[in-house]
Amino acid sequence: MEKIYLDHVATNPMHPEVLEAMMPFLKEDFGNPLSLYPSGAKAKEAIEEARGSVASLINAKPNEIIFTASGAESNNFALRGIALALQNKGKHIIVSKVEHHSILNSARFLEKAGFAVTYLPVDKSGLVDPESVQKAITKETVLLSIIHASPEVGTVEPVAEIAKIAKKNKILFHTDAVASAGNIPVDVRELGIDALSLTAHQFYGPKGAGALYLKEGTRIVPLIYGGIQEGGRRAGTENVPAIAGMGKAAELAKRDMGKRSDYVKPLRDKLISSVLSKITNVYLTGHPEQRLPGHASFVVEYIEGEAMLLLLSAKGIYVASGSACSSKALKASPVLLSLGIPSHLAQGSVVFTLGEGTKEQEIDFLIETFPQIISRLREISPYSKGWEGTEGETCTVKK
Amino acid sequence: MYSEKVMEHFTNPRNVGELPDADGIGTEGNPVCGDVMKIFIKVKDNIITDAKFKTFGCGAAIAVSSMVTEMVKGKTLDEALKISKEAVANELGGLPPQKMHCSNLGADALHKAIEDYRQRQGK
Repeated sequence: MEKIYLDHVATNPMHPEVLEAMMPFLKEDFGNPLSLYPSGAKAKEAIEEARGSVASLINAKPNEIIFTASGAESNNFALRGIALALQNKGKHIIVSKVEHHSILNSARFLEKAGFAVTYLPVDKSGLVDPESVQKAITKETVLLSIIHASPEVGTVEPVAEIAKIAKKNKILFHTDAVASAGNIPVDVRELGIDALSLTAHQFYGPKGAGALYLKEGTRIVPLIYGGIQEGGRRAGTENVPAIAGMGKAAELAKRDMGKRSDYVKPLRDKLISSVLSKITNVYLTGHPEQRLPGHASFVVEYIEGEAMLLLLSAKGIYVASGSACSSKALKASPVLLSLGIPSHLAQGSVVFTLGEGTKEQEIDFLIETFPQIISRLREISPYSKGWEGTEGETCTVKK
Repeated sequence: MYSEKVMEHFTNPRNVGELPDADGIGTEGNPVCGDVMKIFIKVKDNIITDAKFKTFGCGAAIAVSSMVTEMVKGKTLDEALKISKEAVANELGGLPPQKMHCSNLGADALHKAIEDYRQRQGK
């Protein structure tokens, strides 16, 4: 059975050139970058070269890139590190309701540490209204963090406009660009961003390699104290192979980004229009146009996401869902609920994300298979003729 | 994450459907939570002669529904009332711990169907 991987927003396979760039540092060039002899110097050189490539991907300066171990670490670092560094100026931060858990849970940590947090709502396509940002700003506000693109619904936020508001009000602006950087153009200078999180495995790099862009002169409190690595802002012996891989992946992403997105966009559009025309009671989630190039997300009425995932997986098609049953926490995706999608409908979430390795015949196979899976599950569902008993219901099942 | 038996019952569920002339119907769960089971039973001389189900939910929920409807056929009402959630899960070769409460609603739906039958008889 052919394996059809349509979960590129979860992670990506490594580009062969990335693995090649990592190999020397997994083998003979194993030195510690702080060591002064040749293998150390070589490792140091690789890190600085990677720093240059990552900086170039987002039009930053090399000294504005701090390597981390993941997008989640970068998000924690930005939110907690910047807020704590600025707490004498004010103790209010603003985030949106569609942030990744690494932002939302960092915001909750800050609430416990005495900060006030505003969670901005989004409209039904997942967009943050820049006016609502302006309205949420108080004298106490020091930091604003809005996701660049949602991995769950694909919506790309108007970050340039939001950055202008932040600048006008002299507030620092961080964006979580984990799902976007390396996939769509991100220019920190043009967008006017003070801090940005990205991670390598979202653009065919290795796992365990992330970065935080921090505009020159921005203060931050470290998460990890120790030695002088990363200018003393992130201690710990560097993951040299992963960083070298991230550098190569950034270089390839910069070169191939246009080609990659021109390739997946028509496939994504074909998938979206086929699903919407071939299947009844299915809705696209997120913004119809302002969305990630390979991202097609839906909610399917009367059936549940995990069941869809399992049947798709049995056909060799690997996808994601934001339903309660498919999550380890057994809660429907807060992002879907924030878009105003009712809980019972959010259970029918399914997310297809395409990548550079996706073939047209794979999409054709999916378009042929998916309606069969839906009708099979709808035959089993008691709601195939419509919802009942969903008004005013809340979930009270003991977990 | 699921046992082979769960996957087998999920991909080939037994007794899917409704019984238009059911003697008892029981529904358990809530679509807001993600799992709802509706069980239909046919009863003759205190014995469950047929059972069918309709389920909205995850793989475990569908497998549980399939299993419980299989287990109950030919049982007396009192025997059927003794079928527990744990017994259904055991027959399926176990369920992941997080699915034990929210998706393992088959026994409860069955008990409600029996209750419904008894109420109808009492009329």
